[in-house]
Amino acid sequence: MSKDRERGEDYWLARPATIGLLKKLFIAALVLLVLADFTVEHHSYFGIDGTFGFGAWVGFVTCMALIAVAKMFGTLLKRPDSYYDN
Amino acid sequence: MTTSLIIPPGLVLILGGLLMPLLARVGLRSLVLIVLPVVTLWLVWTPPLGATLTTPFLGFELILVQTSELARVFATVFSLMGFLGGLFALRQQNTLELAAAFVYAGSAISVAMAGDLITVFIFWEVMAIASTVVIWCGGAKARPAGMRYAAIHMLGGALLMAGIAGEIAATGSTAFTAMDTSTVPRMLILAGILINAGAPPLSAWLPDAYPESSWTGMVFLSAFTTKVAVFVLLRGFPGTEILIPIGFVMVFYGIIYAILENDVRRILAYSIVNQVGFMVIAIGIGTEMALNGAAAHAFVHIIYKALLLMATGSVLLATGKRKCTELGGLFRSMPLTAVCCIIGALSISAFPWTSGFIAKSLISGAAAKEHMETVYLLLVVASAGVLLPDIKVPWFVFFHKDSGLRPKDPPWNMGLAMIILSIFCVGIGVFPAALYGMLPYPVDYEPYTPDHIVYQLQLLLFGALAFYLTLGWLKQTNTITLDVDWLWRRPGPAIAAFLDRFAGYTWEWFVDLVTATAMRLYRLVHSHHGPQGIFGRTWPTGTMAFWTTVMLGAVVIMSYFQ
Repeated sequence: MSKDRERGEDYWLARPATIGLLKKLFIAALVLLVLADFTVEHHSYFGIDGTFGFGAWVGFVTCMALIAVAKMFGTLLKRPDSYYDN
Repeated sequence: MTTSLIIPPGLVLILGGLLMPLLARVGLRSLVLIVLPVVTLWLVWTPPLGATLTTPFLGFELILVQTSELARVFATVFSLMGFLGGLFALRQQNTLELAAAFVYAGSAISVAMAGDLITVFIFWEVMAIASTVVIWCGGAKARPAGMRYAAIHMLGGALLMAGIAGEIAATGSTAFTAMDTSTVPRMLILAGILINAGAPPLSAWLPDAYPESSWTGMVFLSAFTTKVAVFVLLRGFPGTEILIPIGFVMVFYGIIYAILENDVRRILAYSIVNQVGFMVIAIGIGTEMALNGAAAHAFVHIIYKALLLMATGSVLLATGKRKCTELGGLFRSMPLTAVCCIIGALSISAFPWTSGFIAKSLISGAAAKEHMETVYLLLVVASAGVLLPDIKVPWFVFFHKDSGLRPKDPPWNMGLAMIILSIFCVGIGVFPAALYGMLPYPVDYEPYTPDHIVYQLQLLLFGALAFYLTLGWLKQTNTITLDVDWLWRRPGPAIAAFLDRFAGYTWEWFVDLVTATAMRLYRLVHSHHGPQGIFGRTWPTGTMAFWTTVMLGAVVIMSYFQ
């Protein structure tokens, strides 16, 4: 690793090529996981949890919604972190 | 085995902690830190189930030890944390902190082993004092934070004590059994416990105080107080429905504040609240499966939270920094710490093949089994949401932008503690039977079905996608987010200062009034009875003789008229 540093390159994990590869792997994993819903039969308790790609869309929508709510709280309640110092 | 052979396991750590400053002088500190927790663990497991040790106290019979499956689950993980926390802290210079941490751990174990309400209360209060000392050892900023922490916990302790006293007065029994919330004393007990659990409305004590402790202090703090509260709830209030909404508030409050937070240790503090929220919900559901889930979740949470805090503690020790905005890219020089932190984050997110997955599944499984649709769906939403704070810690510390910092991985003892915890995280996830076998009720549940694995991976990876897409929007800022502790840090002191001044003025006015009245009274008395007053002054003998003559003359004249 130190040889890479001498050549002026960053660690392998931080190189653009590695990051590009990781992104591709991540997208592939997302696609495969949704496609996996064709092969496994979900045990549905309440109907909605048996919909296609339930985990995928709930995971995405929930996190987006929580981030949006958090942003809203943030605009009201965020203060500089020296707030209590003086 | 006769009861006389039972030694209260918690007392070993408490005594060890009290003697630690002395033992440290003769170079035995490391030995105490490593050996005593192992002895304690042995003492937790040697007495058979149902064994008790009692001692008389002020006319009551204290049950110092009452072994049960539930007590063993908690006492085991508490002892384990004494051991691994001690291993991690071998190089902590401050012996006082470690001594307090051992008293703290020992009293947590003592609560877990306790069989009556008075014993619970005694060790509950010892925990509050010892944990305050641990916080105070964090430095200058930790002093006021520790004072606020102590104030909240004294309030909780007072509620608990009032409740226990009322309960004993009403029932005549000190027994610590499952209770309902039909009477005021029991509601007070519940309120006292919930304060320690980090439940609203006073939850802010936790993110206020814990992050200010030292790089080792928070490892201990994260393990005991909230989880002891979970244990006491599990034993005292299983199936209390109000706990379900309270738990959900904790979960979502913890998530939202952690999303906004910039300080890594405060993120982890908020994350404790959201994780304990899941346990509180499970206790509210109250079925055997849910209670198993709460106990299992407490066990695994202590382990992965300690791991995350050791990783960030190592970073804090090496760099002195704990803010997302000041860190980043540390994987380059701290690869071991980065890997351990990622394993901790995967576990806390309930990634399949980690400990969080097999524990949290029990809770949502219990809600599904009871056909609690709203609870189940909210748990689904919560399970996706907890990913956000948990992904933040490894991301902003070890990846994201390169901060230019190149700290080294920590010394061997800290690395070893993190490796052991990582092995626990993965080991429990891959072989859940080991943990399931310890739980208070038989487990009839298989977490690893293909549909469950696919569903959980979808939930987490698409959550991660949302995180990645909003990274720009979530840009960390040098800010804090106001929490309820604002009430007792801003308007509280202001009101107190006003009252102080108001009371001051009123008192001065009152003192002036009293003084003025007294002076007037004094002058009045003085004018008649003082040296020059008509009744007080000395008269010449001649005047006396004159008046005596007048009086005698008057008597003589009056005798003529008879």
